[in-house]
Amino acid sequence: MAQVVFEPWNDPKAKPLIQFKGVTKRFGEFTAIDNQTFDIYEREFFALLGPSGCGKTTMMRMLAGFEKPTEGKILLAGQDLAPIPPNKRSVNMMFQSYALFPHLSVWENIAFGLKRDGKPKDVIAARVDEMLKLTRLQQFAKRKPHQISGGQRQRVALARSLAKAPKLLLLDEPLGALDAKLRQATQFELMDIQEKTGTTFVIVTHDQEEAMTVASRVAVMDNGRIIQADTPARIYEMPNSVYVADFIGEVTIIPGTARKSGEGYEIAYAEGMTPLYAETETTFDNGETCHIALRPEKVAISAERPEDRRNAVQGKIIDIAYLGNLSTYHVALPNGQMIKAQTANTRRLSRRGFTWEDTVWLSWTDTAAVLLKG
Amino acid sequence: MRRLTWFNATSLTLGFAFLYLPMIILITYSFNESKLVTVWAGFSTKWYGELLRNQSFLDAAWVTVKVAIASSTIATILGTMAALVLVRAGRFYGRTLFSGMIYAPLVMPEVITGLSLLLLFIGIGMDRGIFTIILAHTTFSMCFVSVVVSSRLVTFDRSLEEAALDLGCSPFDAFRLVTLPIIAPAVISGWLLAFTLSLDDLVIASFTAGPSATTLPIKIWSAVRLGVSPEINALSTIMIGIVAVGVISASLITKRASLRQQADERAAVHA
Repeated sequence: MAQVVFEPWNDPKAKPLIQFKGVTKRFGEFTAIDNQTFDIYEREFFALLGPSGCGKTTMMRMLAGFEKPTEGKILLAGQDLAPIPPNKRSVNMMFQSYALFPHLSVWENIAFGLKRDGKPKDVIAARVDEMLKLTRLQQFAKRKPHQISGGQRQRVALARSLAKAPKLLLLDEPLGALDAKLRQATQFELMDIQEKTGTTFVIVTHDQEEAMTVASRVAVMDNGRIIQADTPARIYEMPNSVYVADFIGEVTIIPGTARKSGEGYEIAYAEGMTPLYAETETTFDNGETCHIALRPEKVAISAERPEDRRNAVQGKIIDIAYLGNLSTYHVALPNGQMIKAQTANTRRLSRRGFTWEDTVWLSWTDTAAVLLKG
Repeated sequence: MRRLTWFNATSLTLGFAFLYLPMIILITYSFNESKLVTVWAGFSTKWYGELLRNQSFLDAAWVTVKVAIASSTIATILGTMAALVLVRAGRFYGRTLFSGMIYAPLVMPEVITGLSLLLLFIGIGMDRGIFTIILAHTTFSMCFVSVVVSSRLVTFDRSLEEAALDLGCSPFDAFRLVTLPIIAPAVISGWLLAFTLSLDDLVIASFTAGPSATTLPIKIWSAVRLGVSPEINALSTIMIGIVAVGVISASLITKRASLRQQADERAAVHA
């Protein structure tokens, strides 16, 4: 049986749950969101990723109903959201500060939204117990928010926002307050819960690793625009711009000019240096300015010049960043261009070959680098 | 424990004497047998009995309590609303003027507040009585409530209200179910402040009181002008007692609440 791949954005028949149609949001003179049109599909885990001030939080607050678009429309399941106040939307939000009600117990916090709907008591009790079980909080039901740990508070906030079974759950930097270990565990927990409940999640984060881990699609934002929205793998391997390549992960960007050569392009990047070669689907004019984006893990480092690779350059090791599992070498070429190369430390410390000031060869395959316009 | 130095012990004694000697004398003489205030003639509680039989004092006390409860309640409602507008509404046309007008009565001499209210009541032909005192006390204590409540609202996390809206509350429900319970301590202490201000106000009350209603401070003031009687001493002692009980119990409640909070947090860490 063929595995069904979850890619509704590639299916022309799929109906989007959320549609942004030419949405612009201005605060006075400042344009927070600049004419954005995009879709989010049911059961997606959609991440809005960007530096602070890029508009990702504004995007989320418009979905929750705390801000209204200045221009354009946001549709939820085909319905215009503009006239619906936040308390009438089947959208719930998990706040960055968790915003747990300090005067209510964990149980009452989770039951809060259900009670507002005027559901019968036994229905509420059953639903709250279900949520407590889902988030493994049963023994804390009677505690007040200040009587539990940060990780537990985070789970209460999640349970509370999921209790009303919203069509869409918004998560505003949900793991920002947790330490690194707990954050990682919670990321997998979030994915698990998202899968179990089948709710559409939209997460706002500035942590690219978090976005890559949890999301089905990541939208990289800058200055009120989505620069690229795609799967984590495509965002990483096929960035559409220097901005995205530079924002996600480590990368070396080498500016140059392209010239058609066989299947790909030769890129002249410095006077007196042999041009580099890269294959790409994008077409460039001869002499057009371009940027080579090269991920450090795709660059091999060796003492001798490798015979089989067209892209090989010699340089001197300036810096070594030792990360335990990996080492990143910063190698300077004779023209001053710095290239990062990464190796997995498969051997113990004493067996590793290169050190500062060593002259080494860096090489990569014809398809390793991404060639970008601009 | 460190021992007090000679200098510290002296300044402590003098300081306390300065603060409390007048009150101690007053309390002592309230138990005096003699009708003469300054001559000690043995212990007796007869002036307390006299006080209970003095209908005009009891009436004034009742008026004072009614005025204090009514005016502090109205002032708390209005003051909290004003604080909400000041902290929440952001910038609006005339905001500076509005906040200035709310806080002006804090520094306004009471005589002027009293006089202007008197002129207003005469101007609109309102008979002076308990109702005018309530209005006057509401006017000047509202700004105190507003100061206390707005200082709490400044640190209030708006996302709590947004969370309530998000979970299906109307804006009014969000205020009633989330904001109000959380800022309740500030609202209560604002009410207590307004209550005490109203209890011991003499100046504004004497401008706005009429023949039909007299408050206790006015009564004491006019009685003292004819000479201090042991009865007044007894009355003052009772008032000191009420205030002392109030202050001590309020601080005990706060202390216990903070201790419980600390214990809870400790329990959470070890959970």
